[in-house]
Amino acid sequence: MSERKATIASRVGLHARPASIFAAAVGELPIEVTIALETSPVEDAMDASSILSLMSLGAANGDVVVLRAEGDGAVEALEALVKILETDLDAE
Amino acid sequence: MQNYSGVGVSPGRIIGSVRQMPKPVSEPPLGERLASSATVDEATAGLRAASKVVQAELQGRAAAATGASKAVLEATALMAADPMLIKAAIKLIATGTSAERAIWESGASVAEMLHNLGGYMADRATDVLDVRARIVAELRGVPAPGIPQSTEPFILVAEDLAPADTATLDPAKVLALVTSGGGPQSHTAIIARALGLPAVVAAPGVDELVDGTEVYVDGAAGTVSVDPGTDEQAQVAAWLLAAETLAVFGGTGSTADGHLVPLLANVGGAVDAVKAAELGAQGVGLLRTEFCFLERDTEPTIDEQVVAYRGVFDAFPGKKVVVRTLDAGADKPLPFLTDSTEPNPSLGVRGFRTDLTTPGVLKRQLTAIATAAADSPAEVWVMAPMIATVDEAADFAAMCRVAGLKIPGVMVEVPSAALLADRILGEVDFVSLGTNDLTQYTMAADRQLGTLAALNSPWQPAVLHLIKLTVAGSIAQGKNKPVGVCGEAAADPVLAVVLVGLGVASLSMTARSLSAVGAVLKSVTLDEAKRLAELALSARNAGEARTRVRAELPILEQLGL
Repeated sequence: MSERKATIASRVGLHARPASIFAAAVGELPIEVTIALETSPVEDAMDASSILSLMSLGAANGDVVVLRAEGDGAVEALEALVKILETDLDAE
Repeated sequence: MQNYSGVGVSPGRIIGSVRQMPKPVSEPPLGERLASSATVDEATAGLRAASKVVQAELQGRAAAATGASKAVLEATALMAADPMLIKAAIKLIATGTSAERAIWESGASVAEMLHNLGGYMADRATDVLDVRARIVAELRGVPAPGIPQSTEPFILVAEDLAPADTATLDPAKVLALVTSGGGPQSHTAIIARALGLPAVVAAPGVDELVDGTEVYVDGAAGTVSVDPGTDEQAQVAAWLLAAETLAVFGGTGSTADGHLVPLLANVGGAVDAVKAAELGAQGVGLLRTEFCFLERDTEPTIDEQVVAYRGVFDAFPGKKVVVRTLDAGADKPLPFLTDSTEPNPSLGVRGFRTDLTTPGVLKRQLTAIATAAADSPAEVWVMAPMIATVDEAADFAAMCRVAGLKIPGVMVEVPSAALLADRILGEVDFVSLGTNDLTQYTMAADRQLGTLAALNSPWQPAVLHLIKLTVAGSIAQGKNKPVGVCGEAAADPVLAVVLVGLGVASLSMTARSLSAVGAVLKSVTLDEAKRLAELALSARNAGEARTRVRAELPILEQLGL
């Protein structure tokens, strides 16, 4: 199990366009990735490829989230996903 | 020949074939089970396939869209095959529930979750319900909700159109709009006038028209006739001829005896403004600044606003541009400014009132307008919406002075402002009548309700009396401060004559109406306009007021208006 933390950089938090971009990126991966707020227990982690899950997570700008994944390429995949979360996608 | 009669809201005569807007998708019955012939696996596969079809459809539309609507469509496409939505439905199918009912319930619980999160998320709940309806339609093999796709142009018939529908309406494909519901100030009417499409609203019975039926639509008379013959073809030909003469506005609004009434345009951004200038508008009587703010989660910066406003000012060198400050609330909610949970938004914190709950946004907007105006060749006036008291008018004028804006004014759309127009004009330099809201508030009738269409007419004698009272207020104040009209009423060539007769100084409308209003106004003297205004004021009801005035204007028949 690989695990990475990321701080949400988008001004509007992780919804709207930033959530679309992130969910689409996770959806293209061959492995399953979960997402949870840093303050939440592991059991509450949700499917990171679901835009609806991301929206219900309610992660705001500056919140820290935890990404988890297993399997081949998990480390590299999480590295790429952290970069997406730590970019202000709404500003682009 | 079968005829349907409604309210004509946008002139034009045309013959074409009907396409019905698909009925809203009905709810699959509670407890609906899997058909005995279908297995759980088949139903699951069917649901996944349907969700992929809907997703591909929405992705296709996203690819063709631009800007904010593209982003919304992309997110909606992702929702269509979202694991959260689909997995919950699949669990229900495994217990023997039909696929239609399963996705319906799954969508409902997701939408409720989003709704409970509030704000921006609550707005997205509507998108989930739209996706759910599309998947159910796909499973049932019926047309998807929304405007039908067709290679041939058609006459669109619907119960009523929502703002979301009108955004996807392709004017190259739709010849005319006919609705069984809606009123003269509904979204259907507004979009029809903006696009120059003939339209009839509030025409009961048109829902029965079968796809492909040939009909004749007269958007001035408000009639729809099945099986048109040579008479109707002649009417269409006459309209096309008249439309040519109506295509160009001479550029100076006046009565037959030379009383000048500047004809201005209502615009919502630089693209509109350039188009309005080409159509001969003598200036802008209403710049809706919401275009800078809508579909955003945060307030635009001052610099962004300056660029947007300057684009409009540049289209009208040496001419007047009246900027209306942000009018959020009611049917135009903004996540960072308005509270979407208000029980009665049209009577809530909207327009100028948002400055009470979120101070600063208006001040920054005024700074942006002043900056854009400072080095602009246009003559910039600025006005606040939803002013109800003399104190509000004074407060707004003070804010304008601080920002360096020289000509402050206010909208008169709340009856209290019409009643105290003399004192309000003691505080500001001009007023502009917003007849849509003034009618809604005077008659206590929701603009969007088709059943109240007759109440919700600016022809209501009570509304006309309030307009007269506003002009009287300006006269009483004594400094000849202008009273303009910038509501839909000004776009009706017949009502425009009445407004001029009541003493209104300028008319601002959708640019496409300029030529028709200009042509009809030119056919009467100021004294005649005053006499027609008296006829309308003394009418028993809105219908009688309109009929009386129409009967006195022979030019309407010639022009097919």
